[in-house]
Amino acid sequence: MGLIRKALASPVIAKVTSPHHPDEYLSLVHPMLTVEAVRGRVVDVIRETGAASTVLMRPNGAWSGFVPGQHVEFGVEVDGTRRVRVFSVSSSAERKDGLFSVSVKAHPDGYVSQFLHAGHLKPGTVVFLSPASGDFVLPKQVPGEMLLISGGSGITPVMSMLRTLADRGHTGHVTFLHYARSREDEMFSIELDALGELPFVDMVRVYTRDPEPGAALNGRITLDHLERLGLDPRTTPTWVCGPAGLIATVRDLYDELGAADQLTAEYFKVPSVNLDAEDATGSVTFDASGVAAANSGATILEQAEAAGLSPVYGCRMGVCNTCAVKKLHGAVRHVISGEVCADTDETIKVCVNVPVGDVAVDL
Amino acid sequence: MSLFQRTRPAPIEKLSASGHNEAPIPLVDVYDPNRKSTVGLEYMSYEQLEEFGRELDAVRQRVLDDLGQEDADYIRRVIRLQKWFEVLGRIGIFLPIFPPAFIAGVVFLSLSKIIENMEIGHNIMHGQYDWMNDPMIDGKRYEWDNVAPAQDWKHGHNFIHHTYTNIHGMDRDIGYGLLRIDDDQPWYPNHRFNLPLSFVLMLFFEWGVMYHGIELDEYLGGKMSKEEFQARKKRAYVKVRRQLFKDYVVYPLIACAAIPFVGWWAPVAVLGANFVANLVRNIWTFLVIFCGHFPAGAETFQEEDAQNETRGQWYLRQLLGSANISGSKPFHVMTGNLSHQIEHHLFPDIPARRYREVKVDVQRLVEKYGLRYNEGRFSKQLASVVRQLAMYSKKPSDPYKVGRSPESRALRRAKREAMKATQAA
Repeated sequence: MGLIRKALASPVIAKVTSPHHPDEYLSLVHPMLTVEAVRGRVVDVIRETGAASTVLMRPNGAWSGFVPGQHVEFGVEVDGTRRVRVFSVSSSAERKDGLFSVSVKAHPDGYVSQFLHAGHLKPGTVVFLSPASGDFVLPKQVPGEMLLISGGSGITPVMSMLRTLADRGHTGHVTFLHYARSREDEMFSIELDALGELPFVDMVRVYTRDPEPGAALNGRITLDHLERLGLDPRTTPTWVCGPAGLIATVRDLYDELGAADQLTAEYFKVPSVNLDAEDATGSVTFDASGVAAANSGATILEQAEAAGLSPVYGCRMGVCNTCAVKKLHGAVRHVISGEVCADTDETIKVCVNVPVGDVAVDL
Repeated sequence: MSLFQRTRPAPIEKLSASGHNEAPIPLVDVYDPNRKSTVGLEYMSYEQLEEFGRELDAVRQRVLDDLGQEDADYIRRVIRLQKWFEVLGRIGIFLPIFPPAFIAGVVFLSLSKIIENMEIGHNIMHGQYDWMNDPMIDGKRYEWDNVAPAQDWKHGHNFIHHTYTNIHGMDRDIGYGLLRIDDDQPWYPNHRFNLPLSFVLMLFFEWGVMYHGIELDEYLGGKMSKEEFQARKKRAYVKVRRQLFKDYVVYPLIACAAIPFVGWWAPVAVLGANFVANLVRNIWTFLVIFCGHFPAGAETFQEEDAQNETRGQWYLRQLLGSANISGSKPFHVMTGNLSHQIEHHLFPDIPARRYREVKVDVQRLVEKYGLRYNEGRFSKQLASVVRQLAMYSKKPSDPYKVGRSPESRALRRAKREAMKATQAA
């Protein structure tokens, strides 16, 4: 953060702008001029293989960098509404030009990913970010031997790790084990081919539906795959990122061998909206109070109360806005209008919204 | 205040009492939940009331479906304008050596405070722009430039006043516990001073709003826990300190830098200018709000009548209890579009710039059902408010309307005893 930004972020300035945040004044001068709100200007939108897109951005001075493996909130404004999703940073932390990128696979129900992939995001647009966060990271002391397992679009955080290691001229050994449905469905195919040539990388890609002729490994992950690669889970620090099924398998495998302490995992959440779900499925998580309950189909307010919480509420008819809280993820349906909202981190009135599948709210 | 800190405004505590789920809406008659509410029967039948509710719901939904870039651009434009007014005002008042700049500064600062409180603060805190999902324009996070803390104001205004509008004993905004503004309010001797009290309230309106939000009367009446009351006092104290510190300490201190050019009185001039700007804002907001609710013809209701009301009756109650002020477009912006008080009360959560367009639909329905649409020029509504205040300050001849008359006391005692009897049964 520059000296001027530090000065503007000081409590003295906040006293002058009180009760408003200094950013509310500064961002009127220029949308990128903020001291706390992280923003980025889109430099390029690159179409990757496997129906994915990479957004290359120049962050403003409020950005304090990232550790490979972390994710960031990514918000674009469409028709007046800010749509926010959480994406993993995919670029190397060693870039010298100050840019960073997120990569995302176009998901049939993912509003933002579709928006990116359809080419609606133009270079020069200002996007709304958050500081990078997450514990699924490349450690400061990189172990001499490490295994990076990924499935599908879960490749993005480990891709950032691998790119960073390549830029640093890593001297240890890395096994990069990636599962995709087919080569057509795989992100970063060409770059992965190139990275596989590096001396420290053991690049193994398994295409589960459409295996390459003569491939050493086939199908979904088993202990056999690791053994054939000459890896002992008990002595190999491992990072795994991907769909829940992959992580569950790997976790069971490591647990059985007593190697759970070697494993770091990150689930890759894709918002799945079942628009026809009249019946109640999934569970409702009240994040701030650490309570979860099976979705009963009632409004979130009623479900919170049934779970023993007493959130503030007012009219209970969607008028007074007293009960509005942040929905952290998942989809909800408005009981009056029938409208389904699936944005991350948006404000909803819990008295008139019912969950559609898994939902987490800040209650 | 951080933009990203996840505030936790909903206090979570394990339930100790049962029956928490009995909603305040619709207002239910606990003794006879099937009794139909009588609101609006003099205008239409129950079937018509249902239809009326459905039609207004459709209007609301039509606007909600249509919200988009234009609305977002509008509120951002207003915010930008207000912030520039504020900056220009703050610069202007630092130049007391050049009176035209100083006076322009006071004007800009006053305009800025008015727009911030009305078109921006009030409307954002209603959640009118929550659909934008922008943390800077979020009803949950927004804090306005006023000594009343947003949280308590939102409870008293968004919930109590907008849900139980003009119901005696429920809507604390009927006369604010200070004035007698309606025939059905019992008369007490202090109401003789209706007009002078209103004048003082006008000058210190933000302080009145802050004090009203602490709800001392609710606490003294045993309807609020001590913890809740203490928390309200604390929030008000913190906000008041912050507001006073900014206007009357920080900016005058900055003005000390101008002493070599202006003279020793530069900080005093800045302090005075801030005071005047706050005063102007107080007077303006008071006038707009009083003209929206207290001109002759605005109806009030009894709790028993509003119990078990339908959506249509709720809408009708909002319509009958409010009054519009006609005027030019800049005038509407300056009132935060509360000059469309009727539309605001029908649809408190749609962006206020849309009230002009839904007014057409509301007036169509008013004509269809033969309702009254209370609208008039600012001067007309204001004159009416003054007349009402003067009229209701006089001691009524009906002893049942005098709070301390033996008849009223006997009536209250009888009511209390009846209540006890039913509770015992």
